[in-house]
Amino acid sequence: MRLLYENKEVSLIIGVFYMLKKGIKLKIGELKTDNSSLKDLQISIGEVLDEDWAEIMGPTPYPSMTEFRDWDRKLLERYKPFYMPLCDLCCLCTMGKCDLGEGKRGACGIDMDGQQSRIVLIACCIGAATHTGHARHLVEQLIEEYGRESPIDVGGRNIEVEAPVTRLVCGVRPKTLGDLEIVLDYLEQEIVHLLAATHTGQEGDNLDFESKVFHAGMIDQVGMEVADLAQISAYGFPRADPDPPLSDLGFGSVDINKPVILVIGHNVPPSIDILDYTTDHELYDEVEVCGICCSAHDMIRYNSRAKIVGPMSWQLRFIRSGVPDVIVVDEQCIRADILQEAQKIKAPLITTVGKNCAGLPNRSNDSADIIVADLVEGKEPGALILDSKLVGEVAVQTALKIASKRSKFKIIPKVDELIQGTQKCLQCSECMRACPNNLPIPKAMAAAAQGDLSYLGELINHCIGCARCDSACPIELPIHSYIIKANEKQLKEEKFKVRAGRGAIQDTEIRAIGAGVVLGEIPGVIALVGCSNYPNGGQDVMEIAKEFAKRRFIVLTTGCAAMSIGMHKDEEGMTLYETNPSAFEAGSIINIGSCVSNPHIAGAAIKIASIFARRSLRANYEEIADYVLNRVGAVGVAWGAYSQKAASIASGFWRLGVPVIVGPHGLKYRRMLLGRKEKKEDWYVLDARTGKKVYVGPTPEHLFSTAETKEEAMVMIAKLCLRPNDTPKGRAIKLTHYIDLSRRLYGVIPDDIDLFIRTRSDIPITMMDEIMEILESKDWKEKDIPDPTLLERLVVKREEDGEEGK
Amino acid sequence: MSAEPWQRAMMGGTRRAKVLTSSDDALKIINSAKRHLLVVGHKSVEGDEEKEKPISYIIRFSKASNIPILATAHTILEFNNRNFTPSGSMPAVDIANRLRDHSWLGLDGKGPYDLAIIMGLPYHMEWLLFAGLKHSTKDLVRVSLDRFYQPHATWSFPNISLKKWQETLDDMISQLEG
Repeated sequence: MRLLYENKEVSLIIGVFYMLKKGIKLKIGELKTDNSSLKDLQISIGEVLDEDWAEIMGPTPYPSMTEFRDWDRKLLERYKPFYMPLCDLCCLCTMGKCDLGEGKRGACGIDMDGQQSRIVLIACCIGAATHTGHARHLVEQLIEEYGRESPIDVGGRNIEVEAPVTRLVCGVRPKTLGDLEIVLDYLEQEIVHLLAATHTGQEGDNLDFESKVFHAGMIDQVGMEVADLAQISAYGFPRADPDPPLSDLGFGSVDINKPVILVIGHNVPPSIDILDYTTDHELYDEVEVCGICCSAHDMIRYNSRAKIVGPMSWQLRFIRSGVPDVIVVDEQCIRADILQEAQKIKAPLITTVGKNCAGLPNRSNDSADIIVADLVEGKEPGALILDSKLVGEVAVQTALKIASKRSKFKIIPKVDELIQGTQKCLQCSECMRACPNNLPIPKAMAAAAQGDLSYLGELINHCIGCARCDSACPIELPIHSYIIKANEKQLKEEKFKVRAGRGAIQDTEIRAIGAGVVLGEIPGVIALVGCSNYPNGGQDVMEIAKEFAKRRFIVLTTGCAAMSIGMHKDEEGMTLYETNPSAFEAGSIINIGSCVSNPHIAGAAIKIASIFARRSLRANYEEIADYVLNRVGAVGVAWGAYSQKAASIASGFWRLGVPVIVGPHGLKYRRMLLGRKEKKEDWYVLDARTGKKVYVGPTPEHLFSTAETKEEAMVMIAKLCLRPNDTPKGRAIKLTHYIDLSRRLYGVIPDDIDLFIRTRSDIPITMMDEIMEILESKDWKEKDIPDPTLLERLVVKREEDGEEGK
Repeated sequence: MSAEPWQRAMMGGTRRAKVLTSSDDALKIINSAKRHLLVVGHKSVEGDEEKEKPISYIIRFSKASNIPILATAHTILEFNNRNFTPSGSMPAVDIANRLRDHSWLGLDGKGPYDLAIIMGLPYHMEWLLFAGLKHSTKDLVRVSLDRFYQPHATWSFPNISLKKWQETLDDMISQLEG
């Protein structure tokens, strides 16, 4: 809120966000109390930045958790939750443990469906709180550094809709960093309410929990957008750049002859201050700065000379190899035992965010020289430093001083030590039984004991780097280190190129290809996002990206998935980032950025509705979501999703009408949202031109599903791109890909194509005879192609009475 | 042989699957049902090249028992390569989502299934699908014929060696073939 007092602007933050909808203005001529007086006080609430905005406020600014309950229930009616409890018990209160299995209720009255949806909501609240907390920290820090009036600029003249998700949800368009604070206040309030709903004795209905899950996802999407808007604007990251610079990626791209600083996490200011310190003190060539996970993504957006080691699963293999001289962590996706791992290689750990102190002493008020001396001499294993500039200085100076002392001390055993160790293996299989991917570790250990390291070597391509094998071994063999040793040469040769995250999609790009996407002639927009909890290694993600880019889909990617896509070369030695365009066009593979860049993907879908189709965007969530669900053939794929953040990211896409596929480990999110294609009654929409109910087939068939293998994912992706609004030409193109992939990977034509063919013109011309034969055997009949909507209020004219709709 | 979750941390609920201790046990349970479905995942086509893969046993078992097969993921390709046509193919979550619906009339439209066997899925997927079915339907007997104990099945083999598993399947097939 802006408060003018005696013509001086003062900012206050107060919790009155429901009032924002009403745009309250308050003027007080004179106000006196016993102790003070005020004159000419003006308070304006809800006029955040809007005086020159022609677009009128939509129906749902700053929505509460029940605002879109009806919309959510429309989705949940079609895509019913299927719960797969990861635990039959509830142990959240002292009346428990309660057994909820096989129809029983807990002491509080909750049943299994309620409990599972409650757990999903808790996960999504954790995810939303994490991104929003991250955004709050960033905005506060950047305001302190750049000022509250520092402008939001994510694409210069190429971007008019700078914050599509924030505009859509909140009905405001932030112009400065300070404007983002008000948005964050709203998000924080909603997360508190959502989390409160999970308390014992509150919500009990599973569908109401699910609606709140969608709300948490939507809130999360705004939170991520705020974070990325702030960092792009203040740090000058690529601004919707269709040709962002290439950076080095891979273990082997790090120059181990220099002191090495490794950063891990997601919250980039400390990393940037490290880079700035090296630049400001002409030390850039003296120190190597590299990163793991999203802080690494954001470092290369800031300075393309920084390097990415790899996804989050590279933490142990890189640390145990002894390469980093100093490890700096911020927040999210960092191993909880990072301090112990750092100590093993005698590398100091610097923690930089209050959310992750790692038990270290707070040295934020000490001088850099003293901290550096303590770390180099090993008086402390690390330091908590809550001042990112101080982190920059301490990290660099410590790395310079400690590198020669450490001499890249590593804990990876020598080959003879490895063989001797594996000879002690009991072959008890506890390692395999602890491995998330059930990898055949005992067999590899037995071979290694005979001097054959090839089986151990093979494991790393399928290993997620969790080291549960280490923990499970009853005789404490460092199995994960053995796997690393068997791959030492391969790891050191990992040298690839990745594009820096480009951020948003330009408005002009949306105008250029919006029609192709909406009419179906560009067969789909695939978002490969998320973490590296892969069932079979990162190569699957690369293969999915390559397959769909080759088929002229648009492939967007973020986070660890974006790294995995770059970690493979073709026969010419090129990565997909070098062979495919980064502009928003058919056949592109586009690194959007880090986790908090995901809203640019949602933003592209939203902008297709607003810029291409000219739908009103401002606080008009339901209408835009209805548009996206029925017209924009976008699919999210989180092949290695593992975290609560990934859960909330996915749920933000569900409410917006974008289906999401997860890999097999994603089933552990314990609930899918599945359509039933054979239930004809589930697949009707309203024709906005006539109000008539029209059957459109199962398009898209699911809102949240799991694929067992990459092959299944590919067929599913192609199918989930189908939308009711596809033109016959667009539908024929989409079906060509669906059928072709099914033929190639399954050896059969799909048995459900009759559900997706509305007219003969939908049939791919090269398959006409074959498909007509199938259709005739299924008693297929031509159907209407409507102007599809699920919202009554969007019906323009009712056929039966000829009256204009609302 | 142990009746503990193969993946140690994947503990079940307060009730765990009853253990199939022999081929006779397994056949008795299977024969007690009227409408069966065998769901087969992609792990059935994995294994050492030189050894017989699980899918060979599964095809022989299906032929001997007349239990229809629903193939998940790309498993159908291998069935077709072996000149065996499954009764259907769909993702594992989709078939489980239908199996929990007592009004679903099955792949052949003749009525709901009363016994579902699941084989060849990744351990944790099978675990979760059984958990979902256990929670959402009382009308379906859930059987795992994989060689790892599945606590959320109604009946499951314990954790057994590949050799023991092959012997048990061979014995079941022999008995079915009469």
